[in-house]
Amino acid sequence: MARTLIRVPATATRGEVIEIRTLIQHPMETGYRPDAAGRLLVRDIITRFTCHFDNRLVFEAMLHSAIAANPYLTFTLRAEASGVLAFAWDGDHDFRHVETRALTVT
Amino acid sequence: MSSPTSPRSGTEPGRRALFGGLLTLALAPPAGATPEAMAEAIALFTGGATPELSAAITLDIPSLVENGNTVPVTIAVDSPMTEAAHVRAIALFNQRNPQPQVIEARLGPWSGAARISTRARLADSQRLTAVAALSDGRFLLAEAEVVVTLAACLEG
Repeated sequence: MARTLIRVPATATRGEVIEIRTLIQHPMETGYRPDAAGRLLVRDIITRFTCHFDNRLVFEAMLHSAIAANPYLTFTLRAEASGVLAFAWDGDHDFRHVETRALTVT
Repeated sequence: MSSPTSPRSGTEPGRRALFGGLLTLALAPPAGATPEAMAEAIALFTGGATPELSAAITLDIPSLVENGNTVPVTIAVDSPMTEAAHVRAIALFNQRNPQPQVIEARLGPWSGAARISTRARLADSQRLTAVAALSDGRFLLAEAEVVVTLAACLEG
């Protein structure tokens, strides 16, 4: 299981724009790097990140080889109601990792 | 941060279109990102529309980078983020990596603000271009020159 680091404010006031920070442990092997024998290492990257709020897509990013290892991504969301944020990372070789966090809006 | 060859002149869209067209005919897919391949990738993102250089979009990246393996980058667009006027998408492109694309992010009025951060890999000193897609169909562009002293390793 990949390790992730997700920072969501524990609480937010209604209408507040919150910043969400995510990081996932992943080599992001570019597919352009040769090994010691000179053969290209097979590409192994995360290609898509999504964030759903109560099953509604609120952020999506397509990632390429030019994203550094252990992809870090921040984005914003206007907090309108309490709910569940679901984060998903999808990548090469059927990589998939999902995390959820509760957001409490006061 | 502008250089004499900076594509800020009015003739650039024409040149880009010409290069893009020639490139598609001659050598698609390109072996690595070039200014032409980047222009082509941007055209793909905008659906052929020409993005306008705008102060409303900022591309924040260090101008001098010691390690190209992890370069912090923030793209922000000044937008009310309402249903009527918001940023639909933000993308980042480069000229000198093996591929011109870095990231494409989709957002909407619910985002509250148009601001994303990530960390990029840069294979060489080069110019980066950020493009934002607006809800009214326009595209905004910001550029930044980055000097990389230790490139992201393409070697072993």
